[in-house]
Parts: sequence; C-alpha cells; structure tokens
Amino acid sequence: MTGDEKHSFSANSTLDVLWVLYDRVLRVNPANPDDTERDRFLLSKGHGPMAYYAVLAAKGFIPLDALPTFGRYDSILGFHPDGQLIPGVEIGSGSLGHGLPIASGVAAGLRARRMDGPRVFCLVGDAELDEGSNHEAIAAAARLGLNNLNVVVVDNKSASHGWPGGIAARFAVEGWSTSDVDGRDHGALHEAFSTPHPEAPHAVVAHVETKG
Amino acid sequence: MMDTMRERFVRVTTELLDEHSNLALVLADIGVSQFQGTIGFTETGAMKRFDGRVVNVGIREQLLVSFAAGMALEGFRPIVHTYAPFLVERPFEQFKLDFGHQGLGGIFVSVGASLDTAGLGRTHQAPEDIALIGTLPGWEAHVPGHPDEVEVLLRRAAAGSGPVYIRLTTESNAQAVDVDPGRMTRLRPGSPDAATVIAVGPMLDRVIAATRDMDVNLLYAATVRPFDRESLTETLAAPEVVIVEPYLEGTSAAEASAALMDRPHRLLSLGLPRVEHRHYGSASEHYAAHRLDESGIRERIGEFLRQSAAA
Repeated sequence: MTGDEKHSFSANSTLDVLWVLYDRVLRVNPANPDDTERDRFLLSKGHGPMAYYAVLAAKGFIPLDALPTFGRYDSILGFHPDGQLIPGVEIGSGSLGHGLPIASGVAAGLRARRMDGPRVFCLVGDAELDEGSNHEAIAAAARLGLNNLNVVVVDNKSASHGWPGGIAARFAVEGWSTSDVDGRDHGALHEAFSTPHPEAPHAVVAHVETKG
Repeated sequence: MMDTMRERFVRVTTELLDEHSNLALVLADIGVSQFQGTIGFTETGAMKRFDGRVVNVGIREQLLVSFAAGMALEGFRPIVHTYAPFLVERPFEQFKLDFGHQGLGGIFVSVGASLDTAGLGRTHQAPEDIALIGTLPGWEAHVPGHPDEVEVLLRRAAAGSGPVYIRLTTESNAQAVDVDPGRMTRLRPGSPDAATVIAVGPMLDRVIAATRDMDVNLLYAATVRPFDRESLTETLAAPEVVIVEPYLEGTSAAEASAALMDRPHRLLSLGLPRVEHRHYGSASEHYAAHRLDESGIRERIGEFLRQSAAA
C-alpha cells in the first residue's frame, strides 16, 4: 500500500471478517466469478479497501502484482472499489449506505428466481449505520422475508453518537436474528456466519478495537 | 373518455409483467392502490402471482431505487414508480451510483411532473427532474404528451436494457403523435426562412395554438435525452430556435447549442423559471403566471421573432 490512503483504520478493522468470509464461508470461485450459483458478497463500506484487495489477491480473484498499483490512474484498484473493474466484486462502493439496500434487492432477486442456494452477505461499518438508507433496508428486510440476507457490521466504535443498547438490538427490533462476536476470533466469526436463520435475515456484529 | 397516462401505465405494466418474466415492479406505497385493480396488489397476492417480482418496500425511496438495483443485478429489469420529487430528487445519488455507476438498467416512471399537484405546494412540484436526469450519462428521458405515447415508450423501454426515465403527467394533448422513440417528429413545415419551434410532450397543444398563424417549423419531442440533435439540424432553416418545455426553462438549451455549434443562432428557452415556488392552486394558474399558457407562449415567441426581424 502507498501509505497515503485515508482509511487504514477501516482496512484493519475488516481484515479478519473478510478473511473468514472468503476462506471459510463464501461459496465463490475465482475461476468463475460470475457463477450464478455463487454467494453474493457486497462490500458496502468501501472505505479502506486494502484488506479487501489483499484477500481477493490471496484467493486468486486479482493478481498479486495488481496490489502495488493501488490508487494509480489506470489501476483496477482504487481507494474505493469499482465493481466494473475488479473480478468477483459485486458492486462499486465508497459512498456510504448503498450496499445494504442493494443487497436487499439482490436477496429479493434471488428469491424471485427461486434460487435457494446462493446467500447474500453485506459488510457495513458501525459508523456507516448512521446513514438513514441502511435503516430503510433494516426495517424492510425481515418484513419482506429476505431470509437469505446476511449483514456483518464491523464495529470499531467510530459512530459519532454511538449505538445505545447495542447495534444488534437495532436489527433485532426489526425482526432480524443477530449474533455478537469478537471480530478477531475466526472460529466465532465462522460460527456466527454459519448459524441457520430460516425465518429471518441475519446480522452479525463483529466487535474490533476502537478506532483511533 | 380517454384514459390518463397513469392509467395507461398501470394497464400496460400489468400486461408487460405477464409478458416478460424478467420484468419487476418496485413501489414505495405510491401506486399500490392504482395497481390494486389490475394485479390485486397485496403483499402476498401480487408477490405470489409474479413470483416475488412485484414488491412494495414502503415509504422508503432510497431503498426503492437501491432495491431495484439489487434486482437488476440478478437480471431483472425493474420498473420503479412514484411521484417525481420522491423518485428523482430524494434518491438521486442512488440513480447516479446504484444504477449509473454499477452499469445497470431500469425503467423509472414518475407521476406528478412539474405541476400536476400544484395545490400540494413545492414539496410535490418537480420541475427539476429532467435537468437532473440529464446529468447522468447513458440515460434516456421521455416526456410523453398522450397516453398512447406512454404505451409506445413503455413497451420499448421494457424490451431494452439501459436506464430509462418516463415522465407522466395528468395533462394530455388532444391527439397522440406517432412517435419514433428517440426522434423528434416534424409536425408542420415552415417556409425556407422560418424559425424552428420545438414543443416537448404536453406543451404541444398550447404551442400549436400559440403559433397557429406563425410561419415556423414545428417539431415535437417526446424524447429529450438523448436530445435528437440530428432532427434539429436537419430542420433548421432560419437561425432562430424556440424550445418549449414543461419543466425548468433552459433544460435543453445546452443540447440545442451543442447541436448548432457550427451555426450562428438565437435560442429562446421557455419553461418554468428558477424561482422558489410558493403558490398553490392549479397547474393552469402556474402556467399563466409564468407566461406558459397559450397567450404567454404566443407573446414570447412573437417578441423573439420580431427581435430577429428587427435585427
């Protein structure tokens, strides 16, 4: 990495979650990144994508020698990811609060296609939850029966006004199943992501070190 | 009695949902009651009939657009519908990013236009919508002037793949124009040195009446983006051009100027002014106040052409 990127905390906070997802949870194949039966992973918190790029490179979605091009004019790897440029990346992100609402539509689309296999995962940050658009999706998802939707909130306590009562409670009150886990504990993360939730969408709150 | 544009939209959309299994309909409460009669819209009924392709997300317009984008990622062509200010202005970044930047297509159909619900005040007036859509690369924007034109444009959009905006209004011209989507229609030729007047969508009847005894070339546009520069340049005789649009004045001025960049010309753009509207009442009262009724249009075009003659 170049060292002049703005969001190193964001990259550090998501690294373990991303690794567990790509190493043990997501059914994705770098040789066929558009496989219709793949799990869909949407990185909503496009800030600090260095961890994301590193995991994608480690898993064969992008070549390792693409990493040093980070942020260059003609690189596929920007300071925020562009889904049109990077194999295996479902969406471009960077402006906060878009991923989860899109993921809701993806989950609905899969259901409308009667595709029960693929699951939808979306990573958001705790501060990103300040964006009201997320709460439109949180409020609607369970009521619309989007039980194939999974959200992981990486909580480094960077939301300016915090989440009194806890982030998981915000999802639970809207009918989601929830898990609170140590965001550095790979076993706990894997278990949380693997918890069956046939009657509700699922939110995993992954707690990591406080930003700063 | 002629149906309204919205009634035609509801009927044709219902037919299209039956005809095209890749079409989806996403609503945010607005429109649910209108579709009630055609598809028995309930959360469970419509979802069951259309395999989950019909969804009401509630009064959540950011989600409305993003949700539709998610369905588009899964191969659906969503039809998204609500009032113009809530469809275009409130979730505009979702237009820009969730459809534009993700490279997705969809059909966005608004009601309300600039002044359909003038009595509801500024919150329900959206004369800025086409100007905003015009900033997005690759988008089509259609401003039909008759329910028959709505059907032509909607069916064509359903068969396409890109992002399309269709602007419905309660106003309608008496007769439909046989529109070729994307192209302007030449309705009345002028003499070899006549000015060119472009009437957009529901402004047509007023423009016809206002220019009834004027020597002008009259073009009709139900599609404003992409702007049909070719028809304008082919039609242009005298270097005077008038555009009459039912939304912000000057919305298509840059397009006309770009089309005529190699020709000296004068341009009169008629539309709603950039003022903070604080009046209620009816659309016709607003049009009269802004000199966009028949007499106002006639006076302003006449003044413009007299200036040309004097020069």
